[in-house]
Order: sequence, then C-alpha cells, then structure tokens
Amino acid sequence: MQYLLNVIHDSAENATEAEQAAIVVFNQRMKAEGYWVFAGGLGVTDNATVVDNRGEEPLVTDGPFVESKEYVVGFWIIEAPDLDVALRLATEGSKACHRKVEVRPFL
Amino acid sequence: MTVQEAVARAHREEWARIVAALTRRFGDLDVAEEAAAEAFATAVERWAEDGVPPNPGAWLTTTAQRKAIDRIRRESRREAKQQEAGMAGMWQDAPPEPVGAVEDERLRLVFTCCHPALAPDARVALTLRMLGGLTVAEIARAFLVQESAMARRITRAKAKIKAARIPYRVPAAEDLPARVAGVLTVLFLVFNEGYLATGPDTDPVRQDLTAEAIRLTRLLRALLPKDGEVAGLLALMLLTEARRTARVAPSGELVALDEQDRAAWDADLIAEGHQLVRERLATGAAPGRYQLLAAINAVHTSARDFLDTDWSQVVALYDQLVRLDRSPVVALNRAIALGELDGPAVALACVDRLAQPLDGYHAFHAARAELLRRLGRAAQSRAAYDRAIDLAGNAAETAALVRRRELPGG
Repeated sequence: MQYLLNVIHDSAENATEAEQAAIVVFNQRMKAEGYWVFAGGLGVTDNATVVDNRGEEPLVTDGPFVESKEYVVGFWIIEAPDLDVALRLATEGSKACHRKVEVRPFL
Repeated sequence: MTVQEAVARAHREEWARIVAALTRRFGDLDVAEEAAAEAFATAVERWAEDGVPPNPGAWLTTTAQRKAIDRIRRESRREAKQQEAGMAGMWQDAPPEPVGAVEDERLRLVFTCCHPALAPDARVALTLRMLGGLTVAEIARAFLVQESAMARRITRAKAKIKAARIPYRVPAAEDLPARVAGVLTVLFLVFNEGYLATGPDTDPVRQDLTAEAIRLTRLLRALLPKDGEVAGLLALMLLTEARRTARVAPSGELVALDEQDRAAWDADLIAEGHQLVRERLATGAAPGRYQLLAAINAVHTSARDFLDTDWSQVVALYDQLVRLDRSPVVALNRAIALGELDGPAVALACVDRLAQPLDGYHAFHAARAELLRRLGRAAQSRAAYDRAIDLAGNAAETAALVRRRELPGG
C-alpha cells in the first residue's frame, strides 16, 4: 500500500542545514528499510500554473489552484503495510524536516 | 428465560466477539457489522420457533458467518472486480503478530475503533456500535444528534479505516501505552456523558451510557489484566456509579457529596472498586491519573459521613495528580479538598488563581460561591452562584445551585 506524505508549511524557504542533514539521514533509513518510493521538494506556489482543459478550450491561469496560508512544500511517497507504519514514518519525517506532514492513502 | 431475554443476553455477551471474529475473517468492518446484526434478527425469528439453541454464541457466530458469505457472494456477482480488489487489499498482507500479543479479537477491534487517526467523536460512536452493539439510533439519541448525522459519522469512519488501512491489530509494545490511553479516554468520555449528561432537557444521569462504559472497561480489564490504568479507570467508574442513586433527589435535583444519603450507595460496587484500588496499591507501581482519581474516590467512599472523610489523604492524592495532570480543573478540585482541610480562606485563594482559565466553567463559580458563603461574604457568594447557574448545562445541576444559593452563610 502506498501513502503520500505531504510536507505542509507556510513558506517555501529552504530547509536549514540542520534540517537538510536530518532529512538525508531519514531518507537513507527509509531506503534501507524498504519504505522509500519517491520524494521531492516543491517551489513556491507563486510559480504554479493551473491548466483546465475540461471545456472546449484549454484554460491556463497563473498561480495555485487555491490560495491558502499553508501549502505543500514537498512530499514523500512511501510503501507501508498499514496506516500505523505510515504514521510512524510521518512522525519521524515531520521531526526531521521540522514541518507538518499530511498522510494520504493512495486509492 | 423467554426468547427475547435469551436474545438480549446473547447480544450483551456475544455481539462484540462476533463482530470482531467476522472482521478478522473477512477484513471488513461493514460486512462484520451487518452480518452480526442480521444474525441477531434471524435469532429472534428462529429461536421463537425452534427454541433457544444450547450454545447461542456458536449458533450466532455460524449464522453471522453465513450471512457475511452470502453478502460477499451477492456483491461479487454484482461487482466481481471491485470485490476482488477489496478482499485482497484488506489486511491480508498484514505483518505477523508480535509474540505474546493478546489473542482476543475484541481487543483488536477496540484499538481499531479508538484509532488516533479517527476524529474523537467518531471513535466514541464506532466503539459504542462495534463493541457495545448499540444501534445507530441509540447512539444518536445518547449524543443528541440526528440519526442521519450519526450514521454519516460512522460510515465516514469505517470508510477511512478501509481506505487508509487502519490496521486491525493490537499495537506494537512501544505504542501500546499511548494507544491504551486513547482507548481509556474514549471509555471515560462515554461514562462521563452518562454520568453528567449535557443539555437542559436530558436526564441528569444516563444509566445506559454509564453501564455501557463500565461493561466495556470490564472487557478491556479482562483483556489487559496487568494494565494499572485500565484497573484504575474501572475502579473510578465503579466507585462513581456506586453513588448514582444517591446523587439525584426525587425532585430531580443533583445532590452534592456532602448531602448524599450514604446508606443508598451501592455496597457491592464500592467493595469491588476498593478491591481494585488495593490491588494497584499492592503492586507498588507509580499510579497514573485514573488510579489516583480512583484512590480519591476510594477515600470518599470509605468515610461513614462527609465530616469523617480523611481530607489530608484526599489532598495528598490531589498533590500527586496535579504533578501528572496540569489541567486547571484538577487544581480546582484540589483547592476544594484543601478547603475541607485548611479552611475556606486558604481554598479561596487557590481557587481565585484559576479565574483566568476557568471563567467559563460553572463548577469554578459554584466552588467560589460555596467558599464565599462559608466565609460569610453573602453578596459575593450570591453573585458567584448566579454566574454558576448561568453557565450550568444540566437542569438537575441548575436546581441544586439555585437551592444552595439560598442556604445561610457562615
């Protein structure tokens, strides 16, 4: 079963050196223990573009699909047997990157 | 025993076990719940015709399993693909159980229903439905919400359990204390809602809820006999429940501890509660929050009358509790006990320090009012009673406050 761990923050400023070091350690451990699928950091929502091609013409608009104080600044995709394991990894991940983490199961 | 009584008894004793066993076998709470309900409905009909079977639990389990298989077959014919995905996906590849995990299926069910990833009100509702066997309508009535809203709450929780794959197992040893604490919170919430029901038009005491909370805590105690806090919560509930009949006057007014008829207390429940407290003391282990609350209640229920209460013991226990639980409500209760030991002036000074966090809490103003009255400060006492009456949420409590407001001072 795969879970998306969204990293939530109210600014897109880079992680501090200490945070980055902790993230590297956490990532290595996830890989070693077989939970790792993929991860990445995201740029500021100012640089987002929304494309809507549900109508006759594709509509391209500047900015995120929803304005909010907090937004997704990065994510992990993990493979875990159940939510307890996913929550435990999210707990460690949140500590490592010093940001909130939202856990969402894949369908 | 009539058929109806036999079904009711089997429901009390077997419901949770059947739901748990079916959940384990079919990996789906929905299937388990529905099949169990159908089995009991069938029992009402069949037992009336054929007589009560020699082993009602086994009869119900077999019947419920057939109902579950029938439902899965029906669904698989309808949505063969979806069923396949659902069955394969659920819990089948769960990691093996840690050695020494308690085997009772109901324990898994408790931990699933009280999982921290579910909303607190959903945990309460799901626990009452899956373990308590209460109907959705009964749970909705207990918490004063529309039946449709309660049904949605339960459906949503079950959907999340399935989609997010909340596991059906006893948590790993390192997570166990926190998870047991979460379960106890749910059970204590159910008990408290029964013990002092909110809302102006409800009965002051909802015995259906207190009884259910006690029953489920007894079950948890049987499943986790070595857990001190489980024993503590059970003792606390028993010692509180023991005073239930003395706690409401025939007029419907709530009766405070100092005015209760102690002869009306339930001696058996008190004996059982005291026994649990003694057992915990004998272990020598540091007591947790529920064990301390139980011990405080044991002191109260050991006293022949209010004046006979060992207040220094009560205050000493509150001193320990304050160190574990920084809540201002605990500090308020400690101050009230201190008032019986060191007099109202000392207590009032402590109570007044809690004004900021507790200004919206009726019991804070009621405590102040009582202390001010004993100090002969009648006008201030009356004003504090007025505030308490404004804030009280329960008619029985309001009636008691209105009467006490008129008591002479000094």
